[in-house]
Amino acid sequence: MILNIKPETKKGWRLLSTPFIFSILLLAAPLTMMLLLSFWTQDYLILDRTFTLNNYIEAFTQPVYQLLFSRSLAISLTVTFFTVLLAYPMAYFISFHGGERKALWLFLITIPFWTSYLLRMFLWKVILGYNGVLNSFLLWLEMITEPLTFILYNANAVVIALTHGWAPFAILPIFVSLEKIDRSLLEASRDLGDGPFHQFFRVVLPLSAPGVVGAALIIFIPTVGDYITPKLVGGTDGLMIANMIQVQFSKANNAPLAAALSVSSLMIVAFISIVFVLVNRKHLRRY
Amino acid sequence: MSRSTKYLKIFAYTYLIFLYAPALLLPLFSFNASQIIAFPLSGFTTNWFENLLYQETLHEALKNSLIVAVSSSILGTILGVLASRAATRYDFTGKQISLTFILAPLVLPEIIVGVALLIVLIQLGLPLNLWSVVLGHTLLILPFSILIMNSAFSNLDISLEEASMDLGENQFGTFYRVILPLVFPGIMASLLIGFTLSLDEFIIAFFLTGTETTLPVYIWAQFRFPKKLPTTMALGTVLLIVSLILLSLSEYFRRRAANSQNSVL
Repeated sequence: MILNIKPETKKGWRLLSTPFIFSILLLAAPLTMMLLLSFWTQDYLILDRTFTLNNYIEAFTQPVYQLLFSRSLAISLTVTFFTVLLAYPMAYFISFHGGERKALWLFLITIPFWTSYLLRMFLWKVILGYNGVLNSFLLWLEMITEPLTFILYNANAVVIALTHGWAPFAILPIFVSLEKIDRSLLEASRDLGDGPFHQFFRVVLPLSAPGVVGAALIIFIPTVGDYITPKLVGGTDGLMIANMIQVQFSKANNAPLAAALSVSSLMIVAFISIVFVLVNRKHLRRY
Repeated sequence: MSRSTKYLKIFAYTYLIFLYAPALLLPLFSFNASQIIAFPLSGFTTNWFENLLYQETLHEALKNSLIVAVSSSILGTILGVLASRAATRYDFTGKQISLTFILAPLVLPEIIVGVALLIVLIQLGLPLNLWSVVLGHTLLILPFSILIMNSAFSNLDISLEEASMDLGENQFGTFYRVILPLVFPGIMASLLIGFTLSLDEFIIAFFLTGTETTLPVYIWAQFRFPKKLPTTMALGTVLLIVSLILLSLSEYFRRRAANSQNSVL
């Protein structure tokens, strides 16, 4: 049995083993280590390796962490909702009315995102600030008499910046799923008496569901753990869980708690994503 | 054109303006004479670009970033070529699950990857330096490299390989003289994408650098000084142009990789 390995398996593993071992060492081992650490305690520099659930109890019962978890989720879900809502008509326009210029439109959409993420998020601070680009522009046009203040250093700013930053990650998957729709189905629905409204809600939208679900997950998962955006434009009311993880690691010198917060965020994100996929499975499986 | 299509078109153009707004500010304000980033504009200057030439710490950060980006894109691409060749050429037990695992960094929040790597390095008592960043970036680049190489390898005609073996080449010779030249455009695309990803990556570099900073970590530090803003904008403009060139090149190679079969036969 042991000696009876197929030659193809042997050849395959000879190639795959190096990248696989690399990923074990740099991903599986660190994640396992993080999990272990989250069950330990640290007192200044001394690490106590006795098993304890205290870090998790602290992470889920302390009001400050509860607030950060719920705020991170609320911001991320809002961002996901608005990004998909805005991206859908854009993807629809390109797919159904893009004509010869589909490739050009897709190219135009991706160009602004070739600037570094860091700079783009920082530019939102420059745009939304008290003396920023938007306020100075509106004052200059005399559309407002004093600068708007509700747009920077709060959760709104984080939502605006992230909704912008993740746009192509929603447009592209939705576009792909719209492209896959067999156009003869639309003709069939029209011939059978569906108006544009019914055609969209009964044919196009359900058929593009896989793209929408994919886009939602691609945006939701990384934005929950975003560090840069809340730090730059969030002020104190817009800080998220990633900022706390970093603080626990550096200033507070409590690596086990940081690990427990990381593991908890990962679990919460995984749980919500799985529920989301299960709820939408009806649409995803049918086609 | 029906009325709903007209509204849709108006929406598409408005949305496009929203998407471009921040990126357009970079060149606009990096040539603006005022130190304050606000309207109205106050005049044309190239001072901020000249400033870039005299920033010692910037040059140091740029050098570090280049070392990291070159090393991690090469490492990531080598590992990507191995994994993708295995994935596209052979069918074997455990393939799907191990590939899924290697692709996992695509869906993990970067902060989690950064924290986990930092924990291991600290626990093992290893020093934090540019090489720890290289390893972290290689981990991020690997999935992208696999996706790019998969499309390059899957366009490969297996009969070319068989022909080479029949004509007396051994496996190594076949790989080196037949397969490698055919997927070379894919390799270039993977190197360029990896280089660009690494050059822009902040979180992992922020967690894993010791005293040597990379370019994004340097830029992050500059944000604290309002006086340096226009110079940072100028740097951003330069970086935008560099990214545009690198990614256009990578797109060119990716398309060539997809068409490589036609050019040979």
